[in-house]
Amino acid sequence: MLDISDLHVSVDGKEVLHDVDLHIGEGETHVLMGPNGSGKSTLLKAVMGFGGYCVTSGSIVYKGREITHLPVHERAHLGIGIMFQRPPSIAGLKLGKLLAAASHMSEDAIEALAQSVNMEDLLNRDLNVGFSGGEIKRSEILQLKAQQPEFVMLDEPESGVDLENMALMGKAIAHLLEKDAHIVERHRSGLIITHTGYILDYLDADQGHVMIDGRIRCHGNPREILKVVKEGGYKECLRCKQM
Amino acid sequence: MQTDVAELEKLSPKDRERLALTGLDLEMKSRCGSFFQIDQDVVHTSCNVRGIEVLPIGAALEKYDWLQDHVWKAVPRDKDRYTRYVARQEKPQGVVVIAHEGSASVMPLQACLFLLAEPVQHVHNIVVAREGAEIHLISGCASSVQMEHGAHLGVTEFYVGKNAKVTSTMIHSWSAGISVFPRSAAIVEEGGVFLSNYVCMRPVRRIEMYPTAHLVGKNAVGRFSTIVVGTPGSHLDLGSRAVLAAEGTSAELVTRAITTGGTIISRGHILGETGSTRGHIECKGLILKDGIIHAIPEIEGRRTGTELSHEAAVGKIARHEIEYLMARGLDEETATATIIRGFLDVKISGLPVVLQKQIDDAIDKAEKGF
Ligand SMILES: Nc1ncnc2c1ncn2[C@@H]1O[C@H](COP(=O)(O)OP(=O)(O)OP(=O)(O)O)[C@@H](O)[C@H]1O
Ligand SMILES: [Mg+2]
Repeated sequence: MLDISDLHVSVDGKEVLHDVDLHIGEGETHVLMGPNGSGKSTLLKAVMGFGGYCVTSGSIVYKGREITHLPVHERAHLGIGIMFQRPPSIAGLKLGKLLAAASHMSEDAIEALAQSVNMEDLLNRDLNVGFSGGEIKRSEILQLKAQQPEFVMLDEPESGVDLENMALMGKAIAHLLEKDAHIVERHRSGLIITHTGYILDYLDADQGHVMIDGRIRCHGNPREILKVVKEGGYKECLRCKQM
Repeated sequence: MQTDVAELEKLSPKDRERLALTGLDLEMKSRCGSFFQIDQDVVHTSCNVRGIEVLPIGAALEKYDWLQDHVWKAVPRDKDRYTRYVARQEKPQGVVVIAHEGSASVMPLQACLFLLAEPVQHVHNIVVAREGAEIHLISGCASSVQMEHGAHLGVTEFYVGKNAKVTSTMIHSWSAGISVFPRSAAIVEEGGVFLSNYVCMRPVRRIEMYPTAHLVGKNAVGRFSTIVVGTPGSHLDLGSRAVLAAEGTSAELVTRAITTGGTIISRGHILGETGSTRGHIECKGLILKDGIIHAIPEIEGRRTGTELSHEAAVGKIARHEIEYLMARGLDEETATATIIRGFLDVKISGLPVVLQKQIDDAIDKAEKGF
């Protein structure tokens, strides 16, 4: 579904991602871990095509089509969706209005969708303005539910979310990724950035990757990786790679 | 008084469309009264609410002697050459609205001033809300599509009595060659509320105004909201001023300005003359194409216990905001328009729903042009 090859990405003239390779098949969910500032969010933003994240070499191929230089909205139309780690606030734009513009759903349908993630009170609020940490995450999930992307990128979906809402988020994400569907009928794929791995309590991930200093240093079973990192930190990943 | 809506029906369809842009409702569905003046002729006055009268100024002055005390009191007659010009007229025209004690209507009263063929239109309007009265005015000012040049001089004096509330919403729809010089001021007594809203999204040659609210009674409130777009060739010099002259008074001046090539000067002045007063000026500007937005907020405190502040920002739409919406599938143009629409969205507390809707509509119609 997504094939990233030899990707180099610069931000502000400085190379942040070096030679990244990542392949995510149809129906697969991958987890991306790594220390702060290692380039995880940068990778997601480069895949979405945000300005300022300049691909200097390499390619991003989505469903067999090269998208490295497509504008953001065309990637969205092709089925790529993203949950932002820190989305901007937009004064005067109601969350409900954005959902309508992004999905062409009726008001009632939007209302029902909002209820499913306890967000009906926020539909009439200005987008992200004064939203709490957990509200931001739920609003992002709600937007993705409206958008129904086939490839979902989630940047730390569990950060700032309380225990009760974590279950709700976990289920919503599992649903977005068709985790309830039989494996042969599952077509949606995902890439999830996580520090804590809490999300793995709600859905199974097929593969894990560790990014350090802008390079993917390790691939493997996500739970195994999580265990190693919890015990020995990321330096353990570096050591293991060197062995 | 004569009821001659037929006069308005003589206007060309294009002109009527333009009038509709200013919020004029010929069918009077959500209006409690009307006043129409074309050039210097009053063609229609009506009001269907008990205790509220709408009269041409001449007739009003004949009917009520006390009204004489409300002429050129809020706005000084010799303020400038435009007020002097209006004061010099032998046959002053304009509307007088009197909301007698305790009368109230949430439905707005509409005043429509249309510049059809004469080079200069002058009006002198007086709005009096006696104790406890509540009225909402919507004045649409527009010029005929066939009018290339002309000037509109409008003096409006507001007298907001004890615990009375007056809102005045003005939506302008002129042509690129028209110059407009409104001169207005309000005197607000104890517990009174004066809200003034100004919207101008269409081309105009020159608009120059600086209305003032004198909050002379305890706890009086004044609020000005201005939403404007400066198109190429337009010169908008807009300000609003509040004088906090009694304890407990407060004022807020809010402006959203967009230039697509025109010049906008956004002035604001709050004068804290007394203690226990509060005032805030907020001006936000967006430069979409090279033009000028010049914000000049002034706050002037003269006593301990007055709290005044201002914030002004001029800039562009942040790229990451546009891309955020693009990531949800909106193309760049739609994303930009959506953010601009949000930027212009000033919710005015205390404004009746029909009027807020009118303002929203005026913005929605203009939004397509960015
Ligand atoms: N827009 C930007 N401008 C300047 N530097 C940037 C920008 N975006 C990313 N960087 C830099 O690139 C590096 C990688 O940042 P990135 O946000 O991708 O890290 P991350 O792995 O997501 O970290 P975290 O776990 O803290 O979210 C950091 O040094 C960061 O400061
Ligand atoms: Mg990050």
